[in-house]
Amino acid sequence: MSAVMADIVAVRVPERTWRSEARAVKTVWHRDMIRFAGNRAQVMTWLIQPLLFLFVLGSGLQSLSAASTGGVDLKTFMFPGVLCVAVLFTAMVSAASLVWDRELGFLREMMIAPVSRTSIVVGKCLGGATIAASQGVIVLALAGLVGVPYDPQLILGAFGLLVLLAFTVSAFGVLVAVTIKQAQTFTWVMQLVVFPMFFLSGALYPVAGLPAWLEALNRINPLTYAVDPMRHLVFDHLDVSETARRTLDPGVTWFGWQLPPGFEAGMVLLLGLALLGAAIWKFSRTE
Amino acid sequence: MLLCRSVTVSSPSAIEVDDLVKSYGDVDAVRGVSFSVPPGEVFGFLGPNGAGKSTTINMLCTLAEPTSGTARVSGFDVVAQRDAVRRHIGLVFQDPTLDSHLTAEQNLRLHADLYGIDPGVIPARMDQMLAMVGLADRRDKPVMTFSGGMKRRLEIARGLMHSPRVLFLDEPTIGLDPQTRSSIWGYIHALQETEGTTIFMTTHYMDEAEFCDRIAIMDRGEIVVLDTPEALKAGVGADRVALGTADDDAALAALWDRFGIEASVAEGAVTFHVEDGEAFVPRVFAELDVAITSVAVSRPTLDDVFMRYTGSTIRDAETGGVAEQNRAMMRAMAGAKR
Repeated sequence: MSAVMADIVAVRVPERTWRSEARAVKTVWHRDMIRFAGNRAQVMTWLIQPLLFLFVLGSGLQSLSAASTGGVDLKTFMFPGVLCVAVLFTAMVSAASLVWDRELGFLREMMIAPVSRTSIVVGKCLGGATIAASQGVIVLALAGLVGVPYDPQLILGAFGLLVLLAFTVSAFGVLVAVTIKQAQTFTWVMQLVVFPMFFLSGALYPVAGLPAWLEALNRINPLTYAVDPMRHLVFDHLDVSETARRTLDPGVTWFGWQLPPGFEAGMVLLLGLALLGAAIWKFSRTE
Repeated sequence: MLLCRSVTVSSPSAIEVDDLVKSYGDVDAVRGVSFSVPPGEVFGFLGPNGAGKSTTINMLCTLAEPTSGTARVSGFDVVAQRDAVRRHIGLVFQDPTLDSHLTAEQNLRLHADLYGIDPGVIPARMDQMLAMVGLADRRDKPVMTFSGGMKRRLEIARGLMHSPRVLFLDEPTIGLDPQTRSSIWGYIHALQETEGTTIFMTTHYMDEAEFCDRIAIMDRGEIVVLDTPEALKAGVGADRVALGTADDDAALAALWDRFGIEASVAEGAVTFHVEDGEAFVPRVFAELDVAITSVAVSRPTLDDVFMRYTGSTIRDAETGGVAEQNRAMMRAMAGAKR
């Protein structure tokens, strides 16, 4: 042992700089990537549900809906919504790993390190967003199977929206994770918040002509403003009749005002930044 | 050189604690402790559960803010210079804080990255730390495949990755087999010699507390005594006599009546301290009317020191105290009779 200790490598911990914080963000992010790589099969299970909606529900209900969709395949209609849902679930679950870090002790290793809490939260959020966006890309790759063309503009635009949504949902997930104290509570949040968000978002139905109560709930649901521009983007590249477009892609209105897709995307981004800020604030006050 | 000197002079202690208090609502977990630890010392922190040891450690590690009082670690204030403290300390907690999905090497690298260590020296430092704790051949294995002892050794290696000035070890050897325990003590001493690291540790093992340069015993939020193991044992002075008897209560009463000795029941034996215990034992047999089933006489140990200052042995303190156990047993027996 003394031989080993004799010429010991001297190590120094430098003072904090923005570069060391950037390295900390990357470290936290990189850890999520390592774990994702070793655990891909488990993360993939969160794609099963959206794909069941798309291919099973979409195919099964096709005969019922054929008359009202103006010749558009129900799967094609549901595709943009399912893209968003795949990202929603994965981003939430990835961000939730912070709860497990608390439960299993690793969080302490990060909390005691000479790095700001902001870097930990940002790294975690980017990690969740990366994993969720890559899941979204898998679903996006299936576009051809449901009659959505592989148009470069469509693919790029959809990818951008996926990344945006992945970021915002991850920020929400991290905020939840730093707020709750037990891993068990996260299951409740999934059941009581995330699943209702999915159902109320219009991912599986057009958002015009809804009953008043459902319309109200739909409009206050943040996910609505990710699904709508995504659907708009997809329908821009489909060859469908004007009537079908009006029925299936009516767009979100506020008291009669049609929201532009860019405005909706901006709302999602702002919400994401606000949630991230809240998560940082909350985590910085955790002892 | 001159600069070094002035820094050393301004903060001669590795740890300097002055009237530190931590309250949670009405409960005072730590009630004004003061002590200092010189650089390079192995300082042992003993006390029953709930004595305030963990709370004190958490304040020194910047994980909890003191209600009042001050603490400086490696010359830096734990509140005002939190980051500086964190850069100079290493921590090994009682509960595991490794990522069990990552390999041993990935855990160490992650730590080095978080601490901003020069990437050029990470591989060499990592090799040395893994070699020191005997895990070099397991470096590519996920931590979840490790035994409890291996995990603890890896935690120690990780806590040392960034050459901390002060290493905090909270129960580093609890639940480990004797071989691992002694090898961990080997690292601690090697570290002290080569890097001059100050070690601040808590332990439940009295035989391990002997390895410490100095020991503080904490009870009910206060430090009741602080000295070297030798001085503490010498302070107890008398030998310890432990009697197994047929009727402990009668034995306690008889010892008081005949000899004026205040004995207590500890770990199932009537225990007391007298000068020259071996000469005293025959008198006990002659004059005590209670049947004696066993006798043990021992020179004072740290167990006795602990008992003298906290009123119980550390093992009894762990299980909630013999008196409470006895009462619980009697209640249970009374219930069974009915």
